[in-house]
Amino acid sequence: MDIVDTFFNTEVLLRTWPMLMKGLWITLQLGVLSIIAGLALGLGLALLRLYAAKPVQWLTRVYIDIFRSIPLLVLLIVVYYALPFLGLRLSPFASAMTALTMVSGAYAAEIFRAGIQAVPNGQFEASAALGMNYRRTMADVILPQAVKIVIPPLTNNSINVIKDTALASVVAMPDLLKQATQAQALAANPSPLIGAAIIYVVILWPLVAYVSRLERRFGGGNGR
Amino acid sequence: MSSFISIRNLRKSYGAFEALKGINLDIDKGEVVCVIGPSGSGKSTLIRCINRLEDFSAGSEIRVDNIPVKAGRSLAKVRAEVGMVFQNFNLFPHLSVRENIMLAPRRVRGTPRAEAGVLADRLLTRVGIAEQADKYPSQLSGGQQQRVAIARALAMEPQVMLFDEPTSALDPEMVGEVLDVMRDLASTGVTMVVVTHEMGFASQVADRVIFMDGGEIIETGSPQQVLSAPQELRTQSFLSAVLNH
Ligand SMILES: Nc1ncnc2c1ncn2[C@@H]1O[C@H](COP(=O)(O)OP(=O)(O)O)[C@@H](O)[C@H]1O
Ligand SMILES: [Mg+2]
Repeated sequence: MDIVDTFFNTEVLLRTWPMLMKGLWITLQLGVLSIIAGLALGLGLALLRLYAAKPVQWLTRVYIDIFRSIPLLVLLIVVYYALPFLGLRLSPFASAMTALTMVSGAYAAEIFRAGIQAVPNGQFEASAALGMNYRRTMADVILPQAVKIVIPPLTNNSINVIKDTALASVVAMPDLLKQATQAQALAANPSPLIGAAIIYVVILWPLVAYVSRLERRFGGGNGR
Repeated sequence: MSSFISIRNLRKSYGAFEALKGINLDIDKGEVVCVIGPSGSGKSTLIRCINRLEDFSAGSEIRVDNIPVKAGRSLAKVRAEVGMVFQNFNLFPHLSVRENIMLAPRRVRGTPRAEAGVLADRLLTRVGIAEQADKYPSQLSGGQQQRVAIARALAMEPQVMLFDEPTSALDPEMVGEVLDVMRDLASTGVTMVVVTHEMGFASQVADRVIFMDGGEIIETGSPQQVLSAPQELRTQSFLSAVLNH
């Protein structure tokens, strides 16, 4: 049995291709929704962390530090297997999205905070002196400047979220990895796994290259 | 009639350090007041209290056009009447020159976009840089940036303009163009409070000069009185240090 037939068996790949595509679709849904929810959560947390009343700032910091410390797989298993004991039973998709959002939100919060703090204080003062309120100042002056700073690290964070969706296969989510392992079992051949690996790379490579380009242009930027 | 800006017993501390030690000051409508004094004497802190970029101790009172300068709803009214120009311009780098000027009228006043654009172009003409409207701040010289900053503040049609060392960050050859714009402005009846080291400007344009040291007003009077015939020792030694510099 030669290596091509084992790992790149076109016949097996073609037969299991629809399964992989179904998995990919779920992976992308999970990834994109978690990224969007994580960004919204992160921005909210960053603003609380910077501008809320002192006790709220402190709580926000605790949240951020906890969710950056906990391994995602552990959190996912807690959400899926432990929360039902509290009467909260989430579907595999909801569990995975919750865990991914909570963690990516914590990372995004630190990125947003650093971005906002990198905007010089004079920008806040000029806005205040013009009579602009907090919301307008954030929306029109601070965030547009912070966004340029945070795009490379946020893109890195998003890449990580998409990679981490693969962990959802442990809670029976039919994502790309799960479909690939099932296809492998059905076909008794590992080609679908290789196919899945290639699909991950094809999707993420452009993003990785994009971040490298931005980082070279702006000199630096810090990933996770 | 009470004065246009009234400052009573203004105190401001940074921790244990008292930066302003009970300032009393009245400024009339249309008056041009120049504030001079050594570095660290509290000049910036004083004018930053007038629009409450710095908050100040309880017991202190500032009123602008009879509106108390305190946190809350009235602060927005005060800030709408008081424009400020900073040493480092603080233009919005992500907006074009025209958009820098349009932003506050649109967002604070709700001026329609087209109207704000017309206003911006008129102000840019007034400060002599109409042709730069579509550039970004980083593409302008320091003197041009400061003139944009003045136009941006004027777009809110303030009754009072505060200047915190507006020419200190400029190359010497650009100081004149900014002072010319300010001189023009002074003749239009806007109340101005100007922190400056430009003694020539102070003596020609100011109605009154205030000398500060150590968080206190040491001496105040007409430019002739304070700059040419200072009574206080500290004023004398400051002026001789500046003039022999
Ligand atoms: N944010 C601050 N924290 C602590 N001390 C400050 C702060 N801002 C100003 N000061 C102090 O207050 C004093 C007055 O400062 P400032 O008003 O900036 O002086 P000036 O404008 O006359 O040079 C200085 O001694 C300065 O060190
Ligand atoms: Mg100063």
